[in-house]
Amino acid sequence: MTRTEPAAAPADAPDGAGPRPPQNTAPTSVAVRPAPGRPGGAGLISALGIVSRRSLRHASRDVESMLMAVLLPVMLMLIFVFVMGEAMAVGESAGREEYLAYVLPAIALTTAGFGASHTAVVVSNDLTTGLMDRLRTMPFPAVTVLLGHVVSSMARNLTATAVVLGLAALLGFRPAADLPQLAAALGLIALWILAVTCVFTFIGLLAGSAEAAGGYGFILLFLPYISSGFAPVETMPDWLQGFAAHQPMTPIIDAARELLAGDAAGSAGWIGVLWCVGIIVAAVGLTTVVFPRRAGRG
Amino acid sequence: MSYADERLVEISGLSKSFASQPVLRDLDLSLPPGVHALLGPNGAGKTTLVSILSTLLRPDAGRVRVLGLDPVRDRRRLQSMITLTGQHAALDGQLTGIENLEMLGGLFGLERATTRRRAAELIERFDLGSAARRRAATYSGGMRRKLDLAASLIADPRLILLDEPTTGLDTRSRQALWEEIRALAAAGTSVLLTTQYLDEADVLADRIVVLHGGRIVAGGTAAELKERVGGSTIELHDAAGRLVEEIPTRGDANDVARQLADVAEVSPQASVLVRRPSLDEVFLTLTGGPARDDRHQDRNQDRNQEVLA
Repeated sequence: MTRTEPAAAPADAPDGAGPRPPQNTAPTSVAVRPAPGRPGGAGLISALGIVSRRSLRHASRDVESMLMAVLLPVMLMLIFVFVMGEAMAVGESAGREEYLAYVLPAIALTTAGFGASHTAVVVSNDLTTGLMDRLRTMPFPAVTVLLGHVVSSMARNLTATAVVLGLAALLGFRPAADLPQLAAALGLIALWILAVTCVFTFIGLLAGSAEAAGGYGFILLFLPYISSGFAPVETMPDWLQGFAAHQPMTPIIDAARELLAGDAAGSAGWIGVLWCVGIIVAAVGLTTVVFPRRAGRG
Repeated sequence: MSYADERLVEISGLSKSFASQPVLRDLDLSLPPGVHALLGPNGAGKTTLVSILSTLLRPDAGRVRVLGLDPVRDRRRLQSMITLTGQHAALDGQLTGIENLEMLGGLFGLERATTRRRAAELIERFDLGSAARRRAATYSGGMRRKLDLAASLIADPRLILLDEPTTGLDTRSRQALWEEIRALAAAGTSVLLTTQYLDEADVLADRIVVLHGGRIVAGGTAAELKERVGGSTIELHDAAGRLVEEIPTRGDANDVARQLADVAEVSPQASVLVRRPSLDEVFLTLTGGPARDDRHQDRNQDRNQEVLA
């Protein structure tokens, strides 16, 4: 690109007058000076590529979050398997390895869910620093910036899931699942990550500051305990069973556990998928309403 | 239509409210290409106006054209020709200087090779070479502003909107930024900046629009605005430098010469100053600040004195 024509030559400036460089003296037609970029800016696909690369860079540079993403599952796994594993009697036989297989889906979902809640922080950061406002004045759909954060969250938390599964394998977990079952279990976990990411994208839009946005992530640390993830729902008091049995994490955890054990997911699988899809649709809907209204408030 | 005829900004009947609180009330404004300052106190509506011109906010009512385009209907086309730099240096702190520039260039739709070359040029021009590969979060305030302005130039815009560009900068960074804005103007890029600082508007802008309470209370060149407050004043001082007399004048050579001819007859030894009203006085008058009677007591405002004799 070369700058072929000046942007503004005042009508009243005589040729050669003033400090303007010589090439600025001729009045030029609007059409003559080509915009250096595409007239419509970056297309949707290339914009998505650019903002995703940006968000992934953030993730790779945020060493503390990365450390947290790895340490959280490691600590959870070690505590639940070595401290409580022997004492817990789930299913027919009690023992560390049985309990490991039992809590594995819950630990994977806790780790990935909490990791996905970090999306609220990065979204809120873009809004409160004014960067989002600058991006909104540029010739591409600004909502792709949110999609970039979603892509990054998926990549980050699927990596965390891989760490969980790798550690479980080290501790002696051997899934009985065949390949389609393994894929289905991973798919459920990925769907949960996506659902949490979408919800926390929306929370990031509403939060007054990045710190506040980060605070909401605690929900994802406690929600799994009131589910079938760490102890069977039947062992809980009646008043808690209602919530524990019907909150979205329970069917997802049950289905993932069955799949990893080489069994059919049953109705839990479909209920889990429906929960995730419902949450995603609601969060995306709310985001598309709220996002345009948050312009110029940075 | 040749560009020279085109208006940079054309507004009629523009209104905007937030939660039924009017922020802009029925604005009319027409600006030719050049450097313009929107001058006004906090809450005057400057940022809202800039936000509407830069496609960030939709007007409630009225007709708005920027570079001949409607910021709502022709949004994408306009967006590829303008750039907004907000009150905070809006950069990605996690990315390096060069990554910031390349990201924005890519989003403007520049080809990768073009983006790289432009980014390298801008890093050089703004003397950011040593910081180019450091994260923007580690930059000083002045450097952030420089990178911010460099980022605005990545796609060679026709109009640059700057919202309070020098707020929070130290004097040296402020001067450096002024130099850059002047260089932009000299290269033919139009600039619309908002400011609370009168000297900034005075030094940088071809034309000044005074905004107060969501209304335009005055507009014109700095000289024209000063004229509105009542022309200039001839001051007569005695040998000890004491002010002995003030004579109002239109300020042109004819009128000053006529007045001074009378003075020369009465007190030929008097030393003479012609004082133009300062922009501070203009501002106070237009926005309902302290009464005009006070201004003769306030000798601190004599920034625009011109010694004639």
